[in-house]
Amino acid sequence: MTTETAENQALIEETVRDFAERYIRPNIREWDEAQFFPTEIMHQMGELGLMGILVPVEYGGSGLGYREYVAALIEVSKVDPSIGLSLAAHNSLCTNHILMFGNEDQKQRYLPKLASGQWIGAWGLTEPNTGSDAGNMQTVAVRDGDHWTLNGSKNFITHGKSGNVTVVIARTGEPGDKHGATAFVIEQGTPGFTSGRKEDKLGMRASETAELIFQDCVIPDTQRLGEVGEGFIQSLKILDGGRISIAALSVGTAVGAYEAARDYAKERKQFGQSISRFQGIAFKLADMYTDIQASKMLTFDAADTKDRGEKVSLQSSVAKYHASETAVRVSNEAVQVFGGYGFTKDYPVEKFYRDSKLCTIGEGTSEIQKLVISREILRG
Amino acid sequence: MKILVCITSVPDTTAKISFTQDNTQFNKTGVQFIIGPYDDYALARAVELKEQHGGSLTVLNVGTSDSDPQIRKALAIGADDAIRIDTEPTDSYFVAAQIAEIAQKNSYDLILMGRESIDFNSGVVHGLVGEMLGIPSYSPVMKLEITDGKAEFAREIDGGKEFLEADLPLVLGCQEPIAEWKIPNMRGIMTARSKPLNVVPATPMDDLTVLKKYTLPAPKGECKMIAAEDAEQLIALLRTEAKVL
Repeated sequence: MTTETAENQALIEETVRDFAERYIRPNIREWDEAQFFPTEIMHQMGELGLMGILVPVEYGGSGLGYREYVAALIEVSKVDPSIGLSLAAHNSLCTNHILMFGNEDQKQRYLPKLASGQWIGAWGLTEPNTGSDAGNMQTVAVRDGDHWTLNGSKNFITHGKSGNVTVVIARTGEPGDKHGATAFVIEQGTPGFTSGRKEDKLGMRASETAELIFQDCVIPDTQRLGEVGEGFIQSLKILDGGRISIAALSVGTAVGAYEAARDYAKERKQFGQSISRFQGIAFKLADMYTDIQASKMLTFDAADTKDRGEKVSLQSSVAKYHASETAVRVSNEAVQVFGGYGFTKDYPVEKFYRDSKLCTIGEGTSEIQKLVISREILRG
Repeated sequence: MKILVCITSVPDTTAKISFTQDNTQFNKTGVQFIIGPYDDYALARAVELKEQHGGSLTVLNVGTSDSDPQIRKALAIGADDAIRIDTEPTDSYFVAAQIAEIAQKNSYDLILMGRESIDFNSGVVHGLVGEMLGIPSYSPVMKLEITDGKAEFAREIDGGKEFLEADLPLVLGCQEPIAEWKIPNMRGIMTARSKPLNVVPATPMDDLTVLKKYTLPAPKGECKMIAAEDAEQLIALLRTEAKVL
C-alpha cells in the first residue's frame, strides 16, 4: 500500500468515524427499539459521498475502490451495524448491479441519484421459497414485444419499502437453468409493484427489510439490465463483491463489540481491581483481538484482489465466512465480559450480539460460503 | 476576499499525555493528532464565507511534515491551497512571527485562527500577529459576518457578549458557535491530493524562551463523601487536609 493510499484511507476512516459519532451514535437505541429506518441518515451519507463510493466521478460517485469502501463500512458498522448493512446493500448490491451491468442510459438515469443518496436502492433475489436455491425462483417475467410482465414476490429485501429503485432478478427461462433468469431495474410507484410486510427482526432493526410484490407489473424492455438470461450469472458476480461488504460489516460489528468490552473491562472493578487484570477476561480480549485482526486482513485482502480486477470468489467467501463467525463469537464474548450489565439495553453489547447473527446468514450463509470455498479449492 | 486560516496540529483530546528525556520532550508515541478544535471552527466559518463571497482560502501551519495529514484534511474540508512553514513550532512569538512573515507578503483580507491551541493554550498568537502586521485583532469571536467589506462580529466578554464592527484586514481568534465543524466528503478527500501544499522554510530567529521541563498535574486524590449536614467537618477537612482555607 502506498503512503498516499494509507493517508487517504486514514482520512476516510476519521471522516466516517466523526460522522457516525455525531449523527448515528446518539440515536442507536431509539432506532433499534422503534425499528425505525432513518432515511435522513442515508441522504446525509450521500452528501458525504458514501452512497456511491465505487461509482465513478462522471456518474456522481466518489470513484473510490473496495479498500476505501471496506474502510468506510467498518467505521459505520462499529457504531451501528444496521446502518452498515443498509449502506452495504445500497452500494454493493443495487448501485453496483446498475454500474456493472446497466447500459449507458440506465447508468446516466440512476447512478447520480443513487450515488448522491437522493435515492435509496434495493436489490431482490431471495424469495420466500428460494434462498440459497435461487436458481429455482418463482418470480417470472414474460416478454410481450417491447414489454415484460412480472409476477411473484421477493422477500428479506433490504429497503423493500423505502427503495426508490430496485434491481430485481426474475425467471425468464426454465427453473434451475443458469441462463434462465434476467435482471430488471424497477422504480418505486410502477403499477403492479408494491411492497409487502416489513419484517420484525432479532437484530439489524434500523435497517429496513421487507417483501416485494409483483402483480402483473408491466415494464418496458428498456428497464432490462444486461442480456436476457444473464440475471443469475450477474447476481453471482454481484454477490462475489457483496460478500466483501458483509465481511466488512462483520469486522465493524466485531470491533464495536470488542472495544466496548475492552473499555468496560478496564473500568469495572471487582475484588479490588479492574476485571481486565483477571486472566479469564484478559484472555478473552486477546482472543477477540486476534480473531478481528485476522478477519480484517482477509477482508482487506479480498478488497485489494477486487481492486486489482482479479477473480475474488474464493477470497471474498473466506473473508465473509471468517469475519461473520468472528462477529458472532466476539459479540457473544463481549456480553460475557459485561456480565449482567451486558444483558441490559443500557450497554451497547446486547445489540451487537443480536445484530451480529445476520452476518453469518445474509448474502450466503456460512454453510454456503463453505460450499463456495471447497468448490474453489478442489477445482480441477 | 482572501482568507488565511492558521491551524495547529495538536494531540487528540483523549490522548494520554506523557514526557520523555527527563520531562523535556512530549512523548508522541501512539498519540493521534488532530486539527486544533478551535482552529476547526475558524476553518468551518472560512469555508462558509468563501462560499458566500467567493475569493480564496489558504490554510497555514507552522510545523514539520508530521502535520501534513491535518493540512490535507483542511484541504479536503474546503481550503484551496496550503502553506506549511517547515519548522518545529517553539513559542507563541515564534509562531506569530512566522505567520506574520507570510501574511505580509500576501495581504489577506481576513486572518482566522482558533482562540487558542489545545496543547499549550497560550491564546496569544492572534494578538501578536495583529500587532506585527499593524492591523486589529480580536478574540474570542463567536459570530462573524462580512458585509460590504466590513466585519460584524460578536466576542465573548466577562458576563456577556460584545458586538463589534471593523474594517478589513483583521485577525480573529475564533471559538464555537461561529460555525459547525465540517466533515469532509469523499470527493473532497480525493481532490485534496491535487491541491497545492507549499512547504516554505522558516524565517530564522532567536528563541526568546527556553523550555526547561514539563510536569503532569497531580493525580486525582481519593474522593471523600461528607453528609450535607456535616458542614463543620467539611470546613475542618478543607483546613487540615486539603489546606485550601
